[in-house]
Amino acid sequence: MKKTKSPRLGGGNGLLTIGASFVCILIGLAFGFLFLMALSWINNPGSSFGFIVSRAWRYGFKPIIMGGFYLPPISIGQEIAAAAPLIMTGLSVGFAFKTGLFNIGAAGQYTLGAFGALYCAIILGLPWWACLIGASLFGAAWGAIPGIFKAYLNIHEVISSIMFNWIGLYAVNTIMYGGGTGPMYDASKTKTWNLRSLYPDSVIPDLGLGVFFKNRSTTIAIFLAIAVALVIAVVISRTTFGYELRACGYNRSAAKYAGISEKKSIILSMLISGALAGFGAGLYYLSAVAEWRPMESTALPAVGFNGIAVALLASSNPIGIIFSALFISHITIGGSLMNSQYFPPEIADIISGIIIYLCAFALLFQTMLSGRGRKKNAPPESPPASEPPAEDGEVPGKEANE
Amino acid sequence: MLLIKYTLLYAMVLMLVALGGCFSEHSGIINIALEGIMTIGGLVGIAMLVVMPAGTSNSVILLVSIGAAGLSGILYSALLAFASINLKADQTIGGTALNLLATALAVVIARRFNTGTQAAKLSYSNAPFIYNIGGLTVNIFLFIGIALLLLSIFIMYRTRFGLRLRACGEHPQAADSVGINVYHMRWWGVLISGFLGGIGGFAYIVPAVQTWNFEVGVAGMGFLALAVMIFGQWKPGRIFFAAMFFAVFKALANIADSTFLAALGWPKEIYNMMPFIASMIILAFTSKKSRAPKAEGIPYDKGSR
Repeated sequence: MKKTKSPRLGGGNGLLTIGASFVCILIGLAFGFLFLMALSWINNPGSSFGFIVSRAWRYGFKPIIMGGFYLPPISIGQEIAAAAPLIMTGLSVGFAFKTGLFNIGAAGQYTLGAFGALYCAIILGLPWWACLIGASLFGAAWGAIPGIFKAYLNIHEVISSIMFNWIGLYAVNTIMYGGGTGPMYDASKTKTWNLRSLYPDSVIPDLGLGVFFKNRSTTIAIFLAIAVALVIAVVISRTTFGYELRACGYNRSAAKYAGISEKKSIILSMLISGALAGFGAGLYYLSAVAEWRPMESTALPAVGFNGIAVALLASSNPIGIIFSALFISHITIGGSLMNSQYFPPEIADIISGIIIYLCAFALLFQTMLSGRGRKKNAPPESPPASEPPAEDGEVPGKEANE
Repeated sequence: MLLIKYTLLYAMVLMLVALGGCFSEHSGIINIALEGIMTIGGLVGIAMLVVMPAGTSNSVILLVSIGAAGLSGILYSALLAFASINLKADQTIGGTALNLLATALAVVIARRFNTGTQAAKLSYSNAPFIYNIGGLTVNIFLFIGIALLLLSIFIMYRTRFGLRLRACGEHPQAADSVGINVYHMRWWGVLISGFLGGIGGFAYIVPAVQTWNFEVGVAGMGFLALAVMIFGQWKPGRIFFAAMFFAVFKALANIADSTFLAALGWPKEIYNMMPFIASMIILAFTSKKSRAPKAEGIPYDKGSR
């Protein structure tokens, strides 16, 4: 697989990386404000500029940047509850990035994880920690399949993950719905059974956090997610195992030459990625934030794709992912707190979409920030590594985000 | 009859979008944003249908809405071209961002059109697009699709432009050394794919239904088109047959309730899943002898050896 490797991205200069991320965030927010202004202008044509700005600010932008702090303490609790699964999908994508893979399938693995968690809780009646393991196993299986396709058949993981995203979504919906009479499906509410009232043992304990935030969905999930992030940080940069996975990401052939089983490494990377995403789904659904709605879930869960934004903003650094997930969940909750009479909550999605777009060329910002941009007008990325052309059947070009 | 109708409908959509992907990838740019381009094309085309006054003649409606869909696709794909050609961004990440952005934009804009309700649905009339020929219902995109297919084959294999485009996807350095501007050719490739993708998105939504909820975007059709393109081995002629093959599955999902297949009692989701499973199986068998453009996915850098 061909790599356009960039030695400078995250290569020691952490400050620069953080600076580039902030530039992305600022530009994304600026575009969001422009959108809000445009919408409020369309809503009130002919009104003065000051009125448009103040309306966009008061009903739109202020809730977005205040996020959970707009309506404390409930919305802070919501923000924390929403951040936990985001940290996990961010870790899922970031871990794959670190090992040279682009796990666009986090959404599908998350879907399978949700199924695993709810299956263990509703059908098997297991306690919450066992349900979390179940969720991770389902996610891991769904992540491993594209890994196997990549390792043995050389099919690019982006293509196969996308296909398995949709296969997983349709499969989970079919099984959960079960023709309207499935054992997991509460037909009267058109969603899966409420865990909190029926299976309280399967709900992640909140240790008083729920009372504090006046929001029962705020459980210890956030601490579990942070703990996993720390474990991943150690595994990826301090263990031989993590080193082998990363080596495969940098240069598959070289890793093989060095005696690393490159097929095993690719599959393991995807498997761990999938497990992380599945674990995230477990954190969300076992906190009983919401139930799965098989008939209405016609699109893949957004948290899977927001994981890409989270990972990119943090340059795949596990510790950074904790903060970037908190940020994305901050503006998403903020978006939902906007006055929906004036502004649709999807403005937050637009902002995170723009941020991902900007992150795609974050290196350019780094070059500009470091002041080297003007001196040499050279492209921000170093030339493609001198490797043989991509093997057939691959869509090459994934950049190792290390 | 219903099966033929829907097969033709989806085949044209998949073919148009896959042809778009084909142009882009032959120039060396992986266009994973096709899904988003389709969404934008569909949204703008339908918005045109909604805003045009009732008395507008059919030919004007067709021209304006299809033109708007294609044009918006071009504009949206320019974002991908700018990021991946000029700024040398990662093409897969840029494309993914554009997909996410497209759905969010479409929902926001579609909500704008329904001030009262808040739903992201648009309703419109698709009568000008539908024709009845001897009992078979076909839509205008059948003719447009065939015409664009022939045009694509001609451009790709019978013109200087097509040869140069393909050179840029295979070996951009060699192309540059004989005086071809690689950046220009790649821009052309992406913009053409935006045009075809935009029309494809419009063609997917309009003929089949009269109301569309933009919260689902185009429900994975853009990604299916990518699979069609790979199955078609990046060749326009083969892409046509690949699209037909995939369209049969997609059509089955649509009509399963109303035909003999209903007796099987399978849920609709099974049929929805089938094209994706089929494409994975096909990919598994064809991956070893792939004819993918060699240089796709790699930002072109004049200075590199």
